[in-house]
Parts: sequence; C-alpha cells; structure tokens
Amino acid sequence: MFRLPVERLDELFAMVSAAQTLYIPADGKDSRAHYTKWEEGIKLSNALNTVRSAKDFFFPQTTNLCDFNKKDKEIEIIDNRTESEDFVVFGVRACDTRSFTILDKVFLVDPVDSYYATRREHGTVVTLACTEPEETCFCGVFGIDAASPEGDAACWIADGYLYITANTEKGEKFISLVSSLLEESSDEAVEAQKKATAEIMSRLPFNDIDTSYFRKNTLLEIFNSDHWKKLSEACIGCGTCTFVCPTCQCYDIKDYDTGCGIKRYRTWDSCMYSDFTKTAGGNPRTSQVERFRQRFMHKLVYFPDNNNEEFGCVGCGRCISRCPISMNIVKVIKTFGEVQ
Amino acid sequence: MLNETLIPKVGVITDIRIDTPDVKTFRVVGTDGKKLFEHIPGQCAMVSVPGVGEGMFSITSSPTNTEFMEFSIKRCGCLTTVLHALEEGQQITVRGPYGNGFPVEDPEKLKGKDLLFVAGGIGLAPLRSVINYVRDKRENYGKVQIVYGSRSKDDLVDYKEILDEWMATPDFDVYLTIDREQEGWDGHVGFVPNYVKELTPDLGKTVLMCGPPVMIKFTLAGLKELGFKETQVFTTMELRMKCAIGKCGRCNIGNKYVCKDGPVFSFDQLSELPSEY
Ligand SMILES: Cc1cc2nc3c(=O)[nH]c(=O)nc-3n(C[C@H](O)[C@H](O)[C@H](O)COP(=O)(O)OP(=O)(O)OC[C@H]3O[C@@H](n4cnc5c(N)ncnc54)[C@H](O)[C@@H]3O)c2cc1C
Ligand code: SF4
Ligand code: SF4
Ligand code: FES
Repeated sequence: MFRLPVERLDELFAMVSAAQTLYIPADGKDSRAHYTKWEEGIKLSNALNTVRSAKDFFFPQTTNLCDFNKKDKEIEIIDNRTESEDFVVFGVRACDTRSFTILDKVFLVDPVDSYYATRREHGTVVTLACTEPEETCFCGVFGIDAASPEGDAACWIADGYLYITANTEKGEKFISLVSSLLEESSDEAVEAQKKATAEIMSRLPFNDIDTSYFRKNTLLEIFNSDHWKKLSEACIGCGTCTFVCPTCQCYDIKDYDTGCGIKRYRTWDSCMYSDFTKTAGGNPRTSQVERFRQRFMHKLVYFPDNNNEEFGCVGCGRCISRCPISMNIVKVIKTFGEVQ
Repeated sequence: MLNETLIPKVGVITDIRIDTPDVKTFRVVGTDGKKLFEHIPGQCAMVSVPGVGEGMFSITSSPTNTEFMEFSIKRCGCLTTVLHALEEGQQITVRGPYGNGFPVEDPEKLKGKDLLFVAGGIGLAPLRSVINYVRDKRENYGKVQIVYGSRSKDDLVDYKEILDEWMATPDFDVYLTIDREQEGWDGHVGFVPNYVKELTPDLGKTVLMCGPPVMIKFTLAGLKELGFKETQVFTTMELRMKCAIGKCGRCNIGNKYVCKDGPVFSFDQLSELPSEY
C-alpha cells in the first residue's frame, strides 16, 4: 500500500497526464460529475458517481467501423482503425469497474470485437472506493464490494491521504509512473474505512433484495409471468435506462454518406425502442410490454444463463435515479421476489 | 491489428438470374475471382450496398460449389430494392459466414438419414444449399423427398434447376404445388401443409423446413399428428440482425442469439424458448 497527501493529488494528475491521457470525474456546469480530460485546474469531483457510466471509454456511443469509397461499379473498403493511445481512467467506482468484466464477456468472446479490445488493452482503470454509498446503490447484491473496488489499481481517500495499491501489472505500471510522489504506508486507515463503508452498505434499503427467483424458476415461467404487463404499464420507452446503464451493450450499425465517401459507424441502440426488432415481415415485440420484458429478462435470466450465473446488472442505481416514471430493475426484482 | 469481422470484403456480382417477379439470384465471387469464403449449408452472410445498408441472406449455393457463392434475394424493402437494380460486374460487400448451419455431418440428425425438405416461397433459399450438398454427397444420405410450394407457378424459385437437376437425380422425389389453379399448370394445387400430410412421409425421416410462419406452423402440426417427433424437425429462424455475431443484442429468442446459435433450430429446442418471433 502506498499513499500521498490529498493536497498533492494535482501533482499526481499532472505526472500521469504528462505520460498518458487522463480522465477523472469532475463537476460540470450542471454541478454533476462527468468524466473529463484532466488538465491544470480540473478537480476531482466529490460526487458518488458520474452521470454517464464509464463504459464510454471502451464502448463509446459511436464508433467508426470503416469507410467506403464507391466509383462506378467498384467499392474500396477503408479500414481506418488506428492503434489507440494509452490512457488512464481514474476514480472509477466498484460497480462501473465490474461492468467492464460483464462487457468483456460480450465483446471479448470469439469473434473478438477489435474496437473494444484495443481500447481495453490501452486503458488503465484506477478505481476509487466509495465511502458514502447512496440509497439507490445495490452493488452488494451482485457480490461487488464498494469499499474494495477491482480494477488495475485501487484507491481509497481516507484521513487526508490517497491510498493506492495495484491489482494487475498495468496497475503496477501506473504506480511506478507516479512512485516519486508516493510513500509506503500501512493499510490501517483503509481497513478502518472498509469497515465503516460496509456498515453503511448494510443499512441501505436495497442491500438485501433477493434475486434468487430468477435462478430458481425456468426461463419460460418468468417470461410468461403476468407481472410484466403491470410493471411495464407506465414505461414510455424513452431508452434512458439503457443509455445510462454501464452493462447495456445493444448497438446499431448505420451508413452515412458524407458526400465524399461513406462512413459506416455503430451507435448505441436500445431494446426499449419500438423499431429495434422491426422487419419487413413484422415485429416480434409489438408493444412496450415485450420490449420492457426483454431488457430485464436479458439482465436477470438470459445473461446469467449464458455466463455462469452472473447477472447483467452491477447495481449502480443509475436507472433508478434517471427513469422518468420511476420504474427500475429493483422494482422488477422485488415484484418477482415477493411472490416466491 | 486484430482481424475484424464487422469489416466486410468486396464481392463482385458475376451473374444475375431472374427467378420470379420479386426474387433474383446473385452469383458472387471475390475481387480475385475466387470464392469469398467456405461455409456450411444453412449458414448466412451479411450482404451490403455501402450507403444503403446491410442485410442477412442465406448462402443458397452449396459448399460443394468451389467456384462461387449465390444469394437468392426477395425484393421487399430498401436494401433489397437497390440490390435488385444492380447489374453484373457491380461490386457489393459481403461478410460471413455466420450462424450454425444444418447439422449435415451429424449421424444422429442428418447424415445417413432419409430426408424430407419442406419449403415455401423464398424459404427454399437456405434449403437449396443442403439439397445440392446432399446431391453432391449422394452416398452419405438416404432417400430425398422435396415438397415445395408457392403462390403461383411464376413464384417458384430455382424452377429450372428443380426440373432439370433435382427431378433427374436418383432417389430424389420432388413434389411441387401452387396455392391456386393456374393456366399452364397441371401439377398439384393446394397448400404445402396439406400436401405434406397427403404424402404420409415415412416416420424415420429427418425433416428440414423453411418458409412463411403459417406454413411452418401447420406443417409442424401435421407432422406431429403423423407421429414425427420435434427432435426430427429442423427449421431456420429469421429475426432482424445487425452484427451477426451475437453482440448487438438484436436477434435473441430467449437466451439464444439467432445469428450465432441459429438460424437453424430443431423444434424441441424452440419449444424451450419463448415464442417471441
Ligand atoms: C438468418 C436470415 C436469413 C435470411 N435469408 C434470406 C434469403 O436467403 N433471401 C432473402 O430474400 N431474404 C433473406 N432474409 C431476409 C432479409 O434479411 C431481409 O429481407 C432484408 O434484410 C430486408 O432488407 P430491406 O432493406 O430490403 O428491407 P427493409 O424493410 O427496408 O429493412 C429495414 C430493416 O429491417 C431489416 N429487415 C427487414 N426485413 C427483414 C427480415 N425479414 N429479416 C431480417 N431483417 C429484416 C433490414 O435488414 C433493415 O435493417 C434473411 C434474414 C435472416 C435473419
Ligand atoms: S440495470 Fe440499472 S442498476 Fe443495473 S447496472 Fe444498469 S443502470 Fe445500473
Ligand atoms: S428509463 Fe424508464 S420509461 Fe424510459 S425506457 Fe427505461 S424503464 Fe421505460
Ligand atoms: S444480429 Fe447482433 S446479436 Fe444477433
């Protein structure tokens, strides 16, 4: 374990950003936290989490896949992928950090998504332990410890110091990059903080919601339940829950003719949208009931079915605070959980 | 740099056959004149006209064809209309192969078995690949029965190949039917599901079925009445697709992605999944 006085954080950020691009959560004009490229004067936010999740770094909202030039009957395909530069994301919370492992199970399985893989390879994730989890947090339900985040290197801010320890080789590299600022230290303050945070976690309202229903009952039983109709009744299909969600990974592929060539790009898409599955022959999900059901079946049943029982949610609570009609995954889990 | 399946290859259209008023079959090779890639019967590819869009199409030619690949494409929307307007020599893009394909080499399922193919309309496209594969590897398969129907005589895809080649193959029985009486047609008239029942196929057969949802539904019901088991009957599913590799989240039926785990399913597999298709 190493440490550095919190007043010297700016020096650490400056040292890192001299070598690699560095992003940290900073308060924007809206007084909410957003990942921001660090430069002199940018301060680490005190907010619990960023408005948008950290998935943007590895799976950005739009990615240019390739370009095309057309001339007469001929087509030229331009693979304009470039080796991306090394970068560091600092201050990622435990929930968002776990979301990368979930996205890895989608994008890094054969055939590997090279756009995502390249960014993963070049990105170093430095996490920051939570000290004041909020009522909307329920990461613990998925076995995530907010007080001991994963990631390449993990940090704690306690008693006026930033404590840091490496979890991976990349994390060790990060620490050696800034080692001249660090001093070796005992982990007493960190251990004390972990205890205090665990204490707060145990008192959070969603801390003990029971997800076992979704693993004990069959896919068809859950799919055919009457609950979906009632739960989805007020959903307006805005898709906000999918865009703020760190584990939602649905995408669309589109072409755009710039006038001097065609760009093919992918963008985030949402299973909550009515045309998501529409074909010339009809639409298998004709109403919001089916679309709503898809989102939660995917996270709570299909994803775990295909990925060693791991749920596709990290309990970050973003969908809870952002949904305009106050519907969310916790309500879904509880509704089913209560009937068992 | 890692290989990226989302970046397609350039294909050249070397031949266009007009099959029906709304189906054309395109012959495609790479820019080097060779086949773009190998495939298993029932697998598909993403075909695109850049700037217009990409769409999933069955590779209707057999893998035993060493020279080119074929796609039979029905005009029904934006991309398919543009494809229909293309001329020979035009380049398009292709990526694949995608999906599982039919279990042609599995002795429990297809290999060594008597086969019954049931197709309706453009549904012949994926089955044609298997049928020609079986023709080329005659010794590996038993008797073949093909029931193919369409709205009218003019809507039968690959009509010439059916008459000249399939009907002339030993142990190949081909039964054609059209929905309504038509001048110049002295063959069978009536819907596919009833025709299949009338033919009372032998219960030992493996069935491969592809066509419009109503045809599938009633044919399956008829086959079950005759005593066929769901494990013996295979079909292909068609859902909207974008990535074709199980990542964009678009084509799932329950916990299966049709682009990757399908498009070929047996009915016992489908019975465990939601009927969301
Ligand atoms: C596994 C599979 C195999 C297929 N094989 C063939 C084939 O061999 N021959 C053939 O003619 N057609 C086949 N189709 C259907 C073909 O993909 C669609 O007809 C085609 O994409 C329609 O595109 P469009 O732009 O002309 O239609 P539009 O209606 O303008 O398309 C709008 C969007 O919906 C999608 N879409 C529309 N209809 C379908 C559909 N039926 N299935 C999936 N996506 C659709 C399009 O790709 C596009 O993204 C297959 C579909 C799948 C999923
Ligand atoms: S479903 Fe909601 S709580 Fe779960 S990871 Fe997504 S946004 Fe966070
Ligand atoms: S944010 Fe709420 S209203 Fe919007 S799609 Fe999600 S559940 Fe529906
Ligand atoms: S088409 Fe993207 S998951 Fe199947």
